[in-house]
Amino acid sequence: METIITVENGNTLAALQGFLKQLLEHGIVDAIVAPLRTPSGTVTPALVTRSELLNAADPLAPVLTGNSATLAGKLSVREPRARVGVVLRSCEIRALVELVKMQQASLDSLTLIALDCAGTYHVPVFQEMAQKGEALWQNLYKNAAEQPEQSDENLRAACKICEQPVYENAPIKIKLLGSDLNQEIHLELPDELGAQLEYSPATENGRQNVVEKIITARTTARDAAFTEIRARLEGEEGVAGVFAACIRCHNCMNVCPICYCKTCVFKSQVFDHEPMQFVEWAKQKGAYRLPSDTMLFHLTRLNHMGLSCVGCGMCTEVCPVELPVGMVFRAIGQRLQATFEYAPGRNIDEQLPLITFKADEWTEVGE
Amino acid sequence: MTENNFEPRIIAFLCNWCTYTGADLAGTSRLQYPPNVRIIRLMCSGAVDPIYVLKADLAGADGILIGGCHPGDCHYQEGNYKARRRVVALKEILKDAGFDESRVWLRWISASEGTLFADTIREMTAAMKELGPNPLKEQWAV
Repeated sequence: METIITVENGNTLAALQGFLKQLLEHGIVDAIVAPLRTPSGTVTPALVTRSELLNAADPLAPVLTGNSATLAGKLSVREPRARVGVVLRSCEIRALVELVKMQQASLDSLTLIALDCAGTYHVPVFQEMAQKGEALWQNLYKNAAEQPEQSDENLRAACKICEQPVYENAPIKIKLLGSDLNQEIHLELPDELGAQLEYSPATENGRQNVVEKIITARTTARDAAFTEIRARLEGEEGVAGVFAACIRCHNCMNVCPICYCKTCVFKSQVFDHEPMQFVEWAKQKGAYRLPSDTMLFHLTRLNHMGLSCVGCGMCTEVCPVELPVGMVFRAIGQRLQATFEYAPGRNIDEQLPLITFKADEWTEVGE
Repeated sequence: MTENNFEPRIIAFLCNWCTYTGADLAGTSRLQYPPNVRIIRLMCSGAVDPIYVLKADLAGADGILIGGCHPGDCHYQEGNYKARRRVVALKEILKDAGFDESRVWLRWISASEGTLFADTIREMTAAMKELGPNPLKEQWAV
């Protein structure tokens, strides 16, 4: 059911915290995962069991310190498990759905609380802006609704081209787009829960219209960004040129919500060759790039997670040499996903493309 | 190296039950085919991890052949069907990343098809000769 939380004295955050507290206090969930303000002013996800600590919850802070699908997975992957409400943005829910398919998470014990997202900032950018006392989310949601085609320059590259700002298939939706957040927050809840918490039904606001406008603007920005990166990949520079500065630190892999393997081949000793083996390879090409196998690393990772890449851009976020990892993966991922008519995170019932098959497909590939 | 005397090097990942046995039959039948292929035997085409193919390609192999049982004939029921999807994905990624995906071939050759194996190697060797050396052979920075 559609309902409204009234914002008192313009304190949107308090209204939102109040709703989350209700979920704990009414025993709807045993714990809630939400971004919390630390005493030092930064924001970090936390698992909250005591409702007064939700006074520090700040789901509106426009920053993604990590894709919390991984955390939701850790809290749900095996029994015994508690009933946990997880406040997540669209890219996080889509990653979580992929993790469920990979048996690294379970929705049985999780209550998804989907947050409309207007975009997030790189962590240091966010902290600098926050220190200056800028009205971060207020401006962000206002601008996204009023002039979506004018993207905030400071947003993360992944967010500027994100055409999935909302996740519609969640039981609880915090509909931040399309309302005056100084007055009210629209919510969507299961009817039973709405009745239990004594909310009264409301009519929908102009959210759909706002969301559509954002999607249109972001899709245009996305296509332009894809054209740019594809020109680099297919041109003189090539993928090797784009990734030339890679130091194979594995940061991109470590933060990737989809990359879950406990025994990743790139963390194994497979590439610790005999000293003379490297020399042999150097002789073949005259020189041998070190650290080795950087291209193999990225192409293999694309093979492993490209079909499930949700475009959260965490990989770009943590790259110490500022490679456009996420942009490359999204651009290639888009074509790969189109080939298999697959949209990661769309539907829990859609099978991962590489674990299934049809007998009479792609007959031209194997002859 | 001129085009005429360029001898491509082809790495073939063959399944134990069909294509490898087909290659064996080609040998015991004394069929002649170009000596450009280096065969690696696996239990199933479904066991060909894309990383093997990528490693060979990046190291400069001119062609990579994956050989498995005909659809419906997999010793493990469905390994070859899954291999086919993986090859489709791999080729898409190679193409999008700016590599020449036509160096990667997937072929179904049964244990009784020694002639088809010899023909396939002939065909692939000719095609890779036509394509020329894998440019990655000379690129140290990949």
